Amino acid sequence: MATENGVDTAGRASITEPTLRTDRWWIAPLVTFLGLSAFVLYGLIRTATQTNYFVEGAGFSYLSPFASPCVTDSCLPGSSHFGTWFGKFPAMVPLAIVTLPFLLGFRLTCYYYRKAYYRAFWLSPPACAVPEPHGTYTGETRFPLIMQNAHRYFFFMAVIISLVNTYDAVKAFHGTEGFGFGLGNVVLVGNVLLLWSYTLGCHSCRHITAGRINHFSRHPVRYWLYQRASWLNGRHMQLAWTTLGTLVFTDAYIALVSSGTINDLRFIG
Amino acid sequence: MSSLEKHSYDVIVIGAGGAGLRAAIEAREQGLRVAILCKSLFGKAHTVMAEGGIAASMGNVNSKDSWQVHFCDSLRGGKFLNNPRMVELHAKEAPDRVWELETYGALFDRTKDGKISQRNFGGHEYPRLAHVGDRTGLELIRTFQQKIVSLQQDDLAEYGDAEARLKVFAELTVTELVKDGDVIAGAFGYYRETGAFVLFEAPAVILATGGIGKSFKVTSNSWEYTGDGHALALRAGANLINMEFVQFHPTGMVWPPSVKGILVTESVRGDGGILTNSEGKRFMFDYVPDVFVDQYAKTEAEGDRWYEDQENNKRPPELLPRDEVARAINSEVKAGRGSPHGGVFLDVSSRLSPEVIRKKLPAMYHQFKELADVDITATHFEVGPTCHYVMGGVEVDADTEGTAVPGLFACGEVSGGMHGANRLGGNSLSDLLVFGRRAGTGAAEYVAGLGDKRPSASEADLEAAGKAALEPFHADAQTRPAGSATPENPYTVHTELQQVMSDLVGIIRREGEISEALEKLKGLRVRAENAAVEGHRQFNPGWHLALDLRSMLDVSECIAKAALERQESRGGHTREDFPIMDPNWRSVNLICSLTPGTNDMVLTRKPVPTIPVELLSLFKRSELEKYLTPAELTVLDGPNSSSTVAGEQA
Amino acid sequence: MSYQADFKVWRGDTDGGDLADYTVEVNEGEVLLDVIHRLQATQAPDLAVRWNCKAGKCGSCSAEVNGKPSLLCMTRMNTFVPEETVTVTPLRTFPVVRDLVTDVSFNYKKALQIPAFAPPKDLAPGEYRMAQVDVERSQEFRKCIECFLCQTVCHVVRDHDDNKTAFAGPRFLIRAAELDMHPLDARTDRAEFARDEQGIGMCNITKCCTEVCPEHIKITDNAIIPMKERVVDRKYDPLVWLGSKIGLRKS
Repeated sequence: MATENGVDTAGRASITEPTLRTDRWWIAPLVTFLGLSAFVLYGLIRTATQTNYFVEGAGFSYLSPFASPCVTDSCLPGSSHFGTWFGKFPAMVPLAIVTLPFLLGFRLTCYYYRKAYYRAFWLSPPACAVPEPHGTYTGETRFPLIMQNAHRYFFFMAVIISLVNTYDAVKAFHGTEGFGFGLGNVVLVGNVLLLWSYTLGCHSCRHITAGRINHFSRHPVRYWLYQRASWLNGRHMQLAWTTLGTLVFTDAYIALVSSGTINDLRFIG
Repeated sequence: MSSLEKHSYDVIVIGAGGAGLRAAIEAREQGLRVAILCKSLFGKAHTVMAEGGIAASMGNVNSKDSWQVHFCDSLRGGKFLNNPRMVELHAKEAPDRVWELETYGALFDRTKDGKISQRNFGGHEYPRLAHVGDRTGLELIRTFQQKIVSLQQDDLAEYGDAEARLKVFAELTVTELVKDGDVIAGAFGYYRETGAFVLFEAPAVILATGGIGKSFKVTSNSWEYTGDGHALALRAGANLINMEFVQFHPTGMVWPPSVKGILVTESVRGDGGILTNSEGKRFMFDYVPDVFVDQYAKTEAEGDRWYEDQENNKRPPELLPRDEVARAINSEVKAGRGSPHGGVFLDVSSRLSPEVIRKKLPAMYHQFKELADVDITATHFEVGPTCHYVMGGVEVDADTEGTAVPGLFACGEVSGGMHGANRLGGNSLSDLLVFGRRAGTGAAEYVAGLGDKRPSASEADLEAAGKAALEPFHADAQTRPAGSATPENPYTVHTELQQVMSDLVGIIRREGEISEALEKLKGLRVRAENAAVEGHRQFNPGWHLALDLRSMLDVSECIAKAALERQESRGGHTREDFPIMDPNWRSVNLICSLTPGTNDMVLTRKPVPTIPVELLSLFKRSELEKYLTPAELTVLDGPNSSSTVAGEQA
Repeated sequence: MSYQADFKVWRGDTDGGDLADYTVEVNEGEVLLDVIHRLQATQAPDLAVRWNCKAGKCGSCSAEVNGKPSLLCMTRMNTFVPEETVTVTPLRTFPVVRDLVTDVSFNYKKALQIPAFAPPKDLAPGEYRMAQVDVERSQEFRKCIECFLCQTVCHVVRDHDDNKTAFAGPRFLIRAAELDMHPLDARTDRAEFARDEQGIGMCNITKCCTEVCPEHIKITDNAIIPMKERVVDRKYDPLVWLGSKIGLRKS
């Protein structure tokens, strides 16, 4: 560890150990590392294989959020809710190429995820009062990390994408023969609700509603919205993780139904 | 002492609590060069512990409030022993001093119409305390700290040096005031960090060192409260008055040890908390003294209604002035109805919902949850009296805060007179503001009056001061005073001093015990002179304590002597052998001073300044009869008596 | 309910030092500062330690306990098992003075740099009107007791001493937020100041400041991130910038 410019700086109390923490401080960054890595791995495999992302039946049509919106000629019939804007994609190019960069950008610039990956991947710092391994540090003052300031634009895009996801979830109640209701709908709707909760609880959203003004009392509507956003914001970390889980779960559920591994549990139709 | 570090200023302020900082700001704004000397880091002063609020009759919550009502409440609380001029100035100027804080950046809690909110407090007739949750003292200190930074930024812009006209010397202890003949010439002390001596030459010194609580065993006061200012003033030739009046806050925590002595703010009672004994009885109804019988509820039902409707009900007796509540708790414990660790129970959990408690008393909740693992929203807790405040202090002129020594000023807790025999909650923060500012003005006027004449310290005095401060390092047999025994551990001497003061000169006092205390103090003084310390001068707490012991002993002797002399019970002074408040004693101030050139403490009597008839007429005659002698009341019968008094009589 | 516990306490000064072993009595309901005081009174009278209120209100007794920045008066002994050796060191971000006392002047220098509250010119004392909801945000930050644990734990300066010039630290970023959110503060350049002079961009919001705050101020979520967003408004958001140029937005 590079501590000669840190806790071993001349003049500070001379202590041999870089950290005297006795608890298992490394568990949290390790779990974060494994969790985020697992999600990225899953996402890579799923977008690369491009199979079983859509399934349609008499009373349902489930489209995975990983492939939404599907706007190329490569898309399976019925999965292109918004038409096809492009020709066939070569292999390995994600079907949701239009939205994926923004979704990734939204999560990468998210104030919670920043904390998570700065600690778990970049070890800056690995845990509180544990020295980081880097000799120099400039934070988010330079390119590329200065781009973190674009978070609010990714937020606006995330809102649009959440609308798309909502549309998908509604559309999922309609199959080739009309309305139906199955477990897949619960999964899709649940996923969308949580995605909204994560998106609207974003720190930028909180700022936009009323965080940027100094007189809440003069803007009761904005203040009301701010309080709601703040409530969600207090749960931002939990929602960040939960939505990773529900995204994977939703995609996996659709893949399993689509591949015929399991049957969708039908309540109606 | 040729190598001595020397600084020269117009005014030296000793102490960086609310009073000291307000005084420094004032003196600096009057154009003087000011240094602030404080024992701790800047911003850590004991003022941060004040919870309840700042009493000022702004009338934001109840427009009936006025300075006259505040005046009457304070005088009544002080049992009419207060310096009436100070009480008058205090009541009149407090609102302006609070409003001024907002211009420095303070953020008080607000009323619905956006004004400063005010809360009820014991002894105050109307909601009067400007507050910020229950951390008002912290707000005050931070506000002043930031105002000082602001003044320093002005100086940086003007002179290129932020500290050109106002500088804080943190972690510095003053051991001696230096004089030039009869007038103040500066202050001598040492940096705690290095142990190096330093001299501050200044024609005016403002003492704002706070109180004396560390002489007692159970106290809410921090380590700094060793009575330094009191002792410095005494040794410089100033007088201490009213030292027998020591306020024991009724509700200090008694268990667990991590929070022993720490206050449970009066707001807990103001917001609905009740006191019960081991039998579960709400005992305060049995302890309403005659003088208060008309102002307090007689039944629990009426007391409870007051929290909702203060216009039409009388307040519950839990909100009696502090001395009354402290004595009541003491009596319950003595009668065997106390809690397991020698207190009584304070309960807010059965009165308010956990959410309301957390909202109204956040600092209290947080403090006990984290420090003691006690959840005040779920359980009652044990409280008992804790040494909190000394009403007595350096005798000052009401308008300028000047003392008997030209150039020496005092304000805040270290000064005496304002609070009489007992201080009302909330009046200490307003005291700091009003008299801190006045001390700053007083010092500025004094310095202006000197012209070019600057007093200077004599080399011999500096030598002596330096030698005295190093005494604890020379506890070997050769240099020790003749006849003294083995070197003493200063911590042990301190513990014993606290035991003596708590046991023998505590809340309830008796002649025999006080005499015994005086004997023991003599012995402790010899032992304190033998206090020896290990190590070197760099940040050595043992050495610091050995020096502070001198101050604590001086102050303790004054307290004991005055307590022995005053043969009555009044406010913060209760004599078991003289339980009655005697109107003949009301007009007597006890003055403690040192016979010049010796260590002999002498006690003299001095009349309390007369209350002007126009202020006296603010009270009902029937109330005055409880405090004043018939002879003193005759002024009201004269041609000058106001019509209100006549009206009341009719 | 008393037991003898083992402690390692750092003793030394700028010339060096080491962890010294002590065995001290611990009683039920005590905090670490009680034990340090007992150690002082019985075994090490010259052990240097700062403390004042012993009630978690003044922020003087900051140290590192088992490697974590903590207040000694708020570290309850019942959070340790009796067999545990408790290690106490001075803050490891600031120069040491002696034993547990460090030179925290860095913080006072930073405090001096922030432009003070600018009172509104059109209001006299006593005329200030502010709604409770509008002052609450700033009030949260004014709870700060200046224990400087956040300053100590922040890796920006703890691990990179050279950043001390450019970075003000969490305590002073909440001061910036407090002033910028003050309903009546007359200055309008506080976000720019936070970026250019206080180095808010150095913060990578890893939240250790929030974790150690004894007052539970949500330093990162309620102060630093909102200030970063306000900086974006002024410096990085083309739409807001454009809007302000053509007069669509007042602020």
